[in-house]
Amino acid sequence: MEIIVAPLVVSVISSVLALMIVVVDGIVNNYGEVEIDINDGKKKLKVKGGAPLLQTLSSTGIFVPSACGGRGSCGACKVKVLSDVGPHLPTELPYMSKDEIKENIRLACQIKLKKDIKIYLPEELFNIRKFKGIVENLKDVTYDIKEVRIRLVEPNEINFKAGQYVQLVIPPYENIKEPTQRAYSISSSPSDKNHIELLIRLVPGGIATTYVHKYMKEGDVVEVVGPFGEFYMRDTNADMIMVAGGSGMAPIKSIILDMWERGITDRNVWYFFGARSKRDLYYVELFQELEKKWPRFHFIPALSEPLPEDDWKGEVGLITNVLDKYLSSVIPTDNSKEGYLCGSPGMINACIQVFDKHGIKDVYYDKFA
Amino acid sequence: MMYPNINPLVLFFASIFTSNILLTNFLGMCSFISISKDLKSSNGLGIAVTLVMTITTALNWILERYVITPMELGYLRYIIYIIVIAAVVQVLEMIIDRVSPNLYMVLGIFLPLITVNCAILGVALFMQLRNYSFIQSVLFGLGSGIGWWLAIVLLAAIRKKTENAPVPAPLKGVGITLITIGIMAMAFIGFAGMINVQ
Repeated sequence: MEIIVAPLVVSVISSVLALMIVVVDGIVNNYGEVEIDINDGKKKLKVKGGAPLLQTLSSTGIFVPSACGGRGSCGACKVKVLSDVGPHLPTELPYMSKDEIKENIRLACQIKLKKDIKIYLPEELFNIRKFKGIVENLKDVTYDIKEVRIRLVEPNEINFKAGQYVQLVIPPYENIKEPTQRAYSISSSPSDKNHIELLIRLVPGGIATTYVHKYMKEGDVVEVVGPFGEFYMRDTNADMIMVAGGSGMAPIKSIILDMWERGITDRNVWYFFGARSKRDLYYVELFQELEKKWPRFHFIPALSEPLPEDDWKGEVGLITNVLDKYLSSVIPTDNSKEGYLCGSPGMINACIQVFDKHGIKDVYYDKFA
Repeated sequence: MMYPNINPLVLFFASIFTSNILLTNFLGMCSFISISKDLKSSNGLGIAVTLVMTITTALNWILERYVITPMELGYLRYIIYIIVIAAVVQVLEMIIDRVSPNLYMVLGIFLPLITVNCAILGVALFMQLRNYSFIQSVLFGLGSGIGWWLAIVLLAAIRKKTENAPVPAPLKGVGITLITIGIMAMAFIGFAGMINVQ
C-alpha cells in the first residue's frame, strides 16, 4: 500500500505546487499589451509584455544580432534604451563599458518588457530578416571549399551591402540536437537580389561546415538571417588594397563584382589572394577576365608552397611578404590607401602589421573566428 | 498533540540572538561567506532568506501536520520540504518582480540561490523535530530568518573593516572571515543559557 501512497503524495504535492506556479505566473506575469517605440516613433510595435526585448523584437521580424541566442553570454545584443527600465542588471555589467552604462546601452536579452519602452536601433537592423530559400546549386570550387547558391523564396529579395554576411541556420542532424547558426559572408553581388551565394570551407569537426559539405543537397530548404556586418566598401577615393585567403574570397568577390557592375572603376584596386598551392586557388579566371576589362583592377594570386606539377609562374611566398613587396616597390605611393582584409585571424593580424609599416591606417576586416 | 511550553515571542527573540541558526547551528554557511563581501548584497540576501524561511516553515508545518505525520511518511519529509522551498522561491521571485522591481533588482540572482540554502531546510526540520505549534513555527522561522539576516549584515560590516586591517597574509580573505565568524558565534552563544528553546 505504502508503495503507492508515497509516490502519490509526492506527486499530488508537486502538482499542487506546480499549479500554484502556473496560476501565479499567469496573473503576475501578465503585463498586457506593451508598446515598443523605435527611433522616436519611426516604428511603433504593439506587443505582448512579459518576454525579453530580444525575443519580442525577433518575433516581430527585427533581428538584433545575438550569437548566444539570448542567454546573456555573448553581449552582442546591445540596444540603446531611451526610457527608464531600471538600473543595469548584474548579468549585463560584464559586457558594458563605463560609457555604455552612461548612455543606457542594455542587453536586449536581459530586459523584460513590462511597460512601454523607447529604444534606438541602427537603421540597418530594420533590413535584417529571416529568409527561407532553396539550395539551387552546390559546387566544389576547390577540394575543401563549396560554393552554395541559395535562391530566396520568402521573402524573395534581399538588399545588402557587398561585404556583409548572413547567418545560415543549420538544422539538427546526427548528434547535433539543436539548430545552430553560423555566419558566412555573401559572395554574390548585391544586384542579384534573389540569390545568396556563400563560400564554405570544410572545417574538420565543424558543426555547420560538416553539414554543408556532407549533408546539404540541392533542393534543400534552408533559412538564413541577415544581412549583418560592417565590412563593406568605404566611399572614398583611396586606393583599395584587398587581401584574402581561403574562403575569405567571399566578401571581397562580392565587393569587386559590385564595384564593376556599378561602374566604380576609377579607383585603383589591388587584390592579393593567398593560397598554399594551385589546388587552393579558385575563381582565378573570373578575376583575370575582369583585370583585362578594368585597367585599374589588379589581381595578384600568390602561392606559399607551389608544387612542382603546379608549374606556377606567378608570385611565390607568404601573402604578407608579397603584399610588403608590392607596397614597397610596385604600388604607387602618391594616393592614400585603404586596406580590406578577410581571412584567418593570423593572416589578418600579420597583414595589419604590414599595412602599419607602410602607414596605411584605414583597415577594414572580417575575422573568421 | 503536545507542544513545548515556550512563549512564541520568546522563541522569536531567541532564534534571532541566542539560538541564531547561522552562528549556533552553522547552517547556510556557504552563501554567508561568499555574499558577505558586499553589504548591499548581504542585505538583499537577508531579506530574501527571511521571506522564504517564514513562508516555507508555515507551509511545511501544515504539510507535516496534515499529510506527513498522519500518513506516516516521515521518510519523505526531506523531499517534500525541498519541493515546497523550490516552489515558494519560484513564486516569490515572480511576485517580487511584479510588485517591487527595485527589491527584485537588489535580490537579483540571490533569490533562486536560496532554494539550496540549508538554513531554510534546517529551520523546517527543527520545527518538526522540536514539535512546535503553528504559531511557534512561524515565529521561529521569521526569527531565524531575521537572525540570519542580522548575522550576514554584521559580518559584511566587519569584513569591510578587515579589508584594510593589517591581517597576516596567509589569513587574508576566507581565513580571517572564518575566525571572525567563530568570534561572532561565541558572542552570540554567550547568551544561550538565558533561554532554553530546544
